[in-house]
Amino acid sequence: MASEQRKVAMTGNEAVANALRQIDPDVVAAYPITPQTDIVQYFSQFVSDGQVKTEFVTVESEHSAMSATVGASAAGARAMTATSSQGLALMWEMLHIASSYRLPIVMPVVNRALSGPINIHCDHSDTMGSLTTGWIQIYSESAQEAYDNVIQAVRIAEHPDVLLPVMVCQDGFITSHGIENLEILADEDVKQFVGEYKPSNYLLNIKEPVTFGPLALQDYYTEFKVQQAEAMANAKKVILEVAEEYAKLSGRKYGLFEGYRLDDAERVIVVLSSTAGTTKAVVDELRSKGQKVGLLKPRVIRPFPAEELVDALSGAKAVAVMDRAETFSTQGGQIFTELRAAFYYAKERPLMRNYIFGLGGRDTTTREIHKVFSDLENDLERGHVEKLVTHLDVRE
Amino acid sequence: MALSFEKYLRTQKMPHIWCPGCGHGIVTQAIIRAIDELGLNTEKIAIVSGIGCSSRAPGYLNFDTLHTTHGRAIAFATGIKMARPELKVIVITGDGDAAAIGGNHLIHAARRNIGLTVVCFDNNIYGMTSGQYSPLTPVGSFASTAPYGMLERPFDLCELVVGAGGTFAARSTTYHARHLVNVIKEALTHNGFSFVDALSQCPTYYGRRNKLRTPLDMMNWFRDHAVPVSTWEKMPPEEREGKFPIGVIKKVDAPEFSEVYSGLIEKVRERGDE
Ligand SMILES: Cc1ncc(C[n+]2csc(CCOP(=O)(O)OP(=O)(O)O)c2C)c(N)n1
Repeated sequence: MASEQRKVAMTGNEAVANALRQIDPDVVAAYPITPQTDIVQYFSQFVSDGQVKTEFVTVESEHSAMSATVGASAAGARAMTATSSQGLALMWEMLHIASSYRLPIVMPVVNRALSGPINIHCDHSDTMGSLTTGWIQIYSESAQEAYDNVIQAVRIAEHPDVLLPVMVCQDGFITSHGIENLEILADEDVKQFVGEYKPSNYLLNIKEPVTFGPLALQDYYTEFKVQQAEAMANAKKVILEVAEEYAKLSGRKYGLFEGYRLDDAERVIVVLSSTAGTTKAVVDELRSKGQKVGLLKPRVIRPFPAEELVDALSGAKAVAVMDRAETFSTQGGQIFTELRAAFYYAKERPLMRNYIFGLGGRDTTTREIHKVFSDLENDLERGHVEKLVTHLDVRE
Repeated sequence: MALSFEKYLRTQKMPHIWCPGCGHGIVTQAIIRAIDELGLNTEKIAIVSGIGCSSRAPGYLNFDTLHTTHGRAIAFATGIKMARPELKVIVITGDGDAAAIGGNHLIHAARRNIGLTVVCFDNNIYGMTSGQYSPLTPVGSFASTAPYGMLERPFDLCELVVGAGGTFAARSTTYHARHLVNVIKEALTHNGFSFVDALSQCPTYYGRRNKLRTPLDMMNWFRDHAVPVSTWEKMPPEEREGKFPIGVIKKVDAPEFSEVYSGLIEKVRERGDE
């Protein structure tokens, strides 16, 4: 039986730091970068106050932070780090090392625009740029979700059918620095939920020597990648199983996505993270006027839940996918192109258009969301989309 | 005549981001004065920086400026110098930028003796990200990541540059503002890689935690612990304890890399003509 949860007011960063405290990983290696810095700063306080047993390693760059985390994880430790933007970009080489060594590292990422020009505010260019690195990616709308997702991520990553690293994303400043009310589980419940980490192959097991990352050329490299791809496919089921178990503990239910007033919705916005909250307010407003609008907020982007999203949108007539990062493909943002491709074999295909929005922290308010819904309305009247890709709210 | 700073500044970018009492303005001013006093052609200067409070300086400087990524300023500047050897390329960096995340570039630029002037705004802390220790934080000092005092040994940046084969290394402080200008002038006229360790105060994240309550306390600390290099050389080791030398610590002549490279191109071309 779960103990009572505590209602607290915390920023997204503080909430994640508390999740880390409750997980009590063996090793955390990190390097400061705005807007992530807080997470590790709070966490280092827990270390110095003796609230966790973690070995806390300060390094001289994110390249080293991820390298040290990889080393610790390969040695058999439960190892974590956290970063944002340029830090994630600098880790890129090591992201592939972590996933190909099948190390269940959990990394909170606080989304921030990539340079240049230099910018410290939110967009998703950092994590969208690492979609091909073999990491599971989970996005959070609020501090509550960031907290819940980090705890679940440990179980997902370490599941024997998965053994892949996980990024848990939240929106820089909007979520990371905004104070919200949330519920946190009792320490012992989290401890029990994540359990003790028992790696099957690890370097410090001297009785069974193993090697990570040896040379594999034309002979075996392909098989390594196929196994990673299979693990990613397995993750879908595991994510749902872990969510179910977590719901029993916390009362908070998670899936691969969240549908908000979606069942009979004709016009739907698909958007990640904090902007989903803004969209919910607009959905409620338009619904009160009798308009059939809804929201689909993907939670998991890697693995991409293609069938599930297509199924969830099967009743929709017009869909606007909002991406918070450019891809420069000229064909729209990442979520848009993947979702559009997912509809290729669907019997019913809604009108579908893309908005690139909120770059470098540009505020996206209910006004912009209203505009998107009204564009969809016009498209429906017209019978086709006016424009495939639109940059929302751009200076003339 | 008093120096008119307006010409050298993007005044529309003011107010700047630096905290009250920060030393970075003094170092920026010293760079401007050095350029002015040497009468350098501002059209032939490129200023490059990484990321940090220090690296914000080029944003306020009315030159051709390049604001790059954390730690990589010297690498970007190397490209500029190789493409346009006639330019005076100045790198503005912080102690974290130059010696932690970007330490590799510093030693290789010194080793190559490429004609860059690197001015490190050395406040011995990561200012921009709120006071984590850097590789310049003294043993025992407090930082947000060193709540019990710094354990790791710091770099001596001038020694590092010299050890890597650097041909010019100097140090000064924001207290020694006039001296700092002179040192930067010498660096700017050196043919080859020149490095200036410009000690600067971070009252917000360093002073406050380390019993140096005001910016003035921090500058007085520079006054009380700096020793001219000529005196330093005569001091026995026990007297050096806790002090540091200021002035030009190393200056030797060696072929500058972009010139060596042009020489090679010419030689190969000549051979091609044979
Ligand atoms: C790859 C990367 N990692 C981390 C950061 C975050 N960051 C910005 S400035 C800085 C430290 C700056 O310290 P320093 O170079 O000493 O300059 P100061 O701010 O003290 O002048 C850090 C860690 C970044 N911008 N890019």
